[in-house]
Amino acid sequence: MDKYSNLTKNAAGRTVPTIINGGEHIPFQGVGKYKPTGRKFGPKISSCADYPDDGNKTVENLKAALINSGLKDGMTISTHHHFRNGDLIANQIFDIANELGVKDLRWYPSASFPCQEGLIKYLEDGTINRIEGSMNGPLGRFTSQGKMKGMSILRSHGGRYQAVQDGEVQIDIAVIAAPTSDPFGNANGVDGPAACGLLGFALADSQYADKVIVVTDNLVPFPCIPWQIHGNYVDYVVKVDKVGLPERIISGTTQITKSPDRLLIAEITSKFCEAAGIIYDGFSYQAGAGGTSLSIGNYFGEILRKNKWKARFVRAGSNKYPVEMLEGGLIDYILDGQTFDLDGVRSMRENPNHVNTSPFTSYNYHGKGNFASMIDVVILGATEVDVNFNANVVTHSDGYMLHGIGGWQNCLFSKCTILPIPLFRDRIPVIREEVTTLVGPGELIDVIVTERGLAINPLRQDLIEKTKNSGLPIKTIGQLKDEAEAICGKPENIVLDDELVAAIKWVDGTVIDAVRKVPT
Amino acid sequence: MNNTACAGNRGKDIRSDCYVELEILPSGGIDINLTSKVEALYGKSIRKLVNKVLDYFEIQHAKILIEDAGALDFVLAARMEATVKKLIESDKDYLTPILPENKRDFAKDSFRFSRLYLPGNSPKLMLNAGIHHPDGVILDLEDSVAPDRKYEASFLVRNALRSVNFYGAEKMVRINQIPKGLDDLRFIVPNHVDHILIPKCESAEDIKWVNEVIDVHKKDHGIEKPIWLMPIIESAKGVMNAYEIANAAENVAAIAIGLEDYTADIGTMRTNEGTESFFARSMVVNAARAAGIQPIDSVFSDVSDMEALAKNVQQSKALGFDGMGCIHPRQIEVIHENFAPEEKEIEKAKKIVIAFKEAEAKGLGVVSLGSKMIDPPVVKRAEKTIKMAIETGKLDKSWTSSG
Repeated sequence: MDKYSNLTKNAAGRTVPTIINGGEHIPFQGVGKYKPTGRKFGPKISSCADYPDDGNKTVENLKAALINSGLKDGMTISTHHHFRNGDLIANQIFDIANELGVKDLRWYPSASFPCQEGLIKYLEDGTINRIEGSMNGPLGRFTSQGKMKGMSILRSHGGRYQAVQDGEVQIDIAVIAAPTSDPFGNANGVDGPAACGLLGFALADSQYADKVIVVTDNLVPFPCIPWQIHGNYVDYVVKVDKVGLPERIISGTTQITKSPDRLLIAEITSKFCEAAGIIYDGFSYQAGAGGTSLSIGNYFGEILRKNKWKARFVRAGSNKYPVEMLEGGLIDYILDGQTFDLDGVRSMRENPNHVNTSPFTSYNYHGKGNFASMIDVVILGATEVDVNFNANVVTHSDGYMLHGIGGWQNCLFSKCTILPIPLFRDRIPVIREEVTTLVGPGELIDVIVTERGLAINPLRQDLIEKTKNSGLPIKTIGQLKDEAEAICGKPENIVLDDELVAAIKWVDGTVIDAVRKVPT
Repeated sequence: MNNTACAGNRGKDIRSDCYVELEILPSGGIDINLTSKVEALYGKSIRKLVNKVLDYFEIQHAKILIEDAGALDFVLAARMEATVKKLIESDKDYLTPILPENKRDFAKDSFRFSRLYLPGNSPKLMLNAGIHHPDGVILDLEDSVAPDRKYEASFLVRNALRSVNFYGAEKMVRINQIPKGLDDLRFIVPNHVDHILIPKCESAEDIKWVNEVIDVHKKDHGIEKPIWLMPIIESAKGVMNAYEIANAAENVAAIAIGLEDYTADIGTMRTNEGTESFFARSMVVNAARAAGIQPIDSVFSDVSDMEALAKNVQQSKALGFDGMGCIHPRQIEVIHENFAPEEKEIEKAKKIVIAFKEAEAKGLGVVSLGSKMIDPPVVKRAEKTIKMAIETGKLDKSWTSSG
């Protein structure tokens, strides 16, 4: 089987395959254009007659659970990433598969992390055919070099839910690492020695997979309260010594930045929001866990305090900073998709206003609306932005795929999307003539903020009008690009292979771009 | 003869810099061994520049190892030239382009509330210094550069003066202590330095020597722009000679105090309250005022404590200083905010200036406000306050027309 075939140009002018790993895929048609009809994918019918009346679904170990689930060649195995870089289970699954001689598996994680670098050997020996999920670090590098047998497909968090509901990805076995579970399979992420907050990324997997295995190191007698995963979806429960390393969910920068340049970017961003009237009593925002985003949250807090206002809700990625704002009365609710530190976990456990959410509520394309579009302002990152405001979050300017999409694409639907980014990073200009990989269409990206000025998308005349007398350093995106090139020099065109290694999905399941192999 | 030399910095935490090792050979042509984080985007241009520099110094056979961490052209060129000149004698300088923005001249009494220290051998900190809008940037060749790196730092500082955009900040260089510092002047005087800081200055002699050497370089290069001097008083002797130093030459625009060395010299410790340096600071203020130049205070070294900094600035302003040094960009705003005139001062100054203008228009020799007569020095101070208020954004330029 070819990795891909039938290349075509999509509505964004990008060349993409319509056959990937033997399956048919639809090229991107434009934002909000593709609306499939018919019925969603249905999971297999189960009957409770097949399950123990006493509700005890425990089996002796993960291997037994995988064998009982019928693990065989070509299956799709899913996992979640709530433990981030402290995940211990994904590696074990494929160790077992390899030991059993199973081949050609498709791994469908909600994201992968450097701690899963060990899976490269299984990608090499054919245990795993391909990864379909956000890739970070070493796995992204491996994939970029064209070494993966199948073609990778990257989806946003919402797109992952959508692909399951469309039946595009049919999960054979979902393995859900859970900090606490009962023998029936009711499980949560807030309790237990490995508490990681919540299990929202595993929700679709639990609802739609043929077989569902819950793995825990904190098995409590029925009922496990609260249950974030319903035991009624679960086939097997496995008790292990350690399910994950919660101290390692703190990955990346989860401290407010001390860099004066990034603080300046954060300050300009918050001043822009204030001048544009985006911040008001009852507003809502979403900011990531990066150092710049956290410090923007901090500035928002100052503006709220100064005006005696409150934010109605904050969408997170929570850690101690939004938690402090919640506890300090600056925020009514945190609607949290994943916790980034143990303060976030504690708050979610103890504070009823710190609510766990899932890609279904926040991001899913096949929901009857979702939360992302209701947010007043979202702060996101990017590796590159082009003069048409198109943005890239997956590949670097040298073509290497080093980051996942996460909820990034889904968040672009907020009322105002701001990308605060340095104008250049170690000589590499962030604003380019054309992005290396198109991940977010420019029409959804409103403002680029750099330390040397900000650019507003000409589609947002309202924002331009509101901020024209603000005294902020407002420039055109072309001016910012020229400024970066005056400092760094004009970058050479990079040379990439014709071969494609990964497809990038848009939130609706269409293919928005493909990633090319990096010559080695 | 040694035929290998190196310059620059390497290691995993190094950014915006490069490490260059050059070996000049008798034959075999040019062999460049480049590893670069930015190879895909700038590999060709890096090689081109390396060849250009070698060509400029007529080196035809050499082995060059470069570990690049995103060095801009002005850095790479400085590193290359330093290695070349460690190996061969040459009168030629490989100069990077001069930015038009960097040709601006500064007045003797330009505002100098804040001046940001930048270690002279660390390019990364230079690139974004200007975006924080200090009144001046100090490219430091003295204490922040290790003795064995001073030579390569002088090329980097020279190139930075020409090619880094400091967004309107006055370009200052702190040279080494006299007499060593005299040798630094040839790198900076012909390359658009605006202001030279003379550390550990103890007598008017130091100033005279500096000016003699400056004049030679100015003449050689046909330079007419003003180059200001800011001697830094850092010893008990310097304090005693403060007035003669402040008055030593027409181009001494300011006099600063350096308290770390001063407190060590008088055998005490520096405290946040600063009682131990009250005398020295007052001496410097008094000397500067007597000579009609700006008194500038020492840096405040606790970069994490902005409240203590604000207090320190208020104290400094109360003592009569016109500005102070800073070692972190986040200090700049606090310094400006606290040196800037207060609302009350501005309001009073506005009234005085308006009264003065009215009196002038009416041809009156005496200015009065209400029942009070106003002396000319009071008017002058009010005008200065207004100028500062406009400069610091506290007052609109067209304040008179808007009332």
